[in-house]
Amino acid sequence: MAETILFYIFAIGVLFAGAQVVLRRNPVHGALSLVACFFFLAGTYVLLAAHLIAILQIMVYAGAVMVLFVFVIMLLNLKDEELGTPRRTIWKGIGLVSVVGATGAVAWRGLGSAYDSVLAHGAATQLTDMAKHTLPGAPFGSLKAVAHAVYLNSVLPFELTSLLLLVAVVGAVVVAKGKI
Amino acid sequence: MVGPLHYLVLAAALFALGAVGVVIRRNAIIVLMSIELMLNAVNLTFLTFSRFPLVVKGNDAPIAGHAAVFYVIAVAAAEAAVGLAIVIAVFRSRLTVNVDEIDSLKN
Repeated sequence: MAETILFYIFAIGVLFAGAQVVLRRNPVHGALSLVACFFFLAGTYVLLAAHLIAILQIMVYAGAVMVLFVFVIMLLNLKDEELGTPRRTIWKGIGLVSVVGATGAVAWRGLGSAYDSVLAHGAATQLTDMAKHTLPGAPFGSLKAVAHAVYLNSVLPFELTSLLLLVAVVGAVVVAKGKI
Repeated sequence: MVGPLHYLVLAAALFALGAVGVVIRRNAIIVLMSIELMLNAVNLTFLTFSRFPLVVKGNDAPIAGHAAVFYVIAVAAAEAAVGLAIVIAVFRSRLTVNVDEIDSLKN
């Protein structure tokens, strides 16, 4: 029961803050709404028993990445006239209706019929059942279980990620700096 | 009782929001933030299927979804760094971040 109430609080928060990101004209408001959206998403991750990922979401996304976004927004310091004026056309209304319609149709008909039997099975999957598939002494979603999956079962992608981050750092410096 | 379908519908709605943001906004920074929204919708889907697995094979198959989310977060951080560097470079040369005015590849 508490899980249901928390899920709906987090879901409404995620969708409201996400809509603010898309609809706000001022990028600073959008960035702060995105931080709120990430916090609500971390709440849903906790409901999915992904405690480590929830902490990573707050530290890496809401912390590091969003500081980078806000820093660049402040650096560019766009004026009101550079942000453009809102334009309301009939095409935006048509686009809104088609997006909401298509997403709703996919969500309720496609997912509903495809996962109907899974829904009954999946809802019955308790965390105690999930613990059978992880190491002894490492609950599902804990640091030990995730670390086992990352460092032992997928070492090559992990090393490639470190290479990717190195390339990204060098590339960002080369692109953003005028003269090296 | 909250099942996998609830989380999947939430992820679909969040992905749609991000896709709409990429299409309708003209500020390049907000386009990048909408891409972050879409990546987070994908993360939510990964975690949902990790928590409610369809098939379980091997010793620790479901937890692999958490590892996938770990990589997506790392790649998203790299993407944000490079994307914002490109925005700064474009702003320096053209004094705009409006994606409708950045069309030098067209001519």
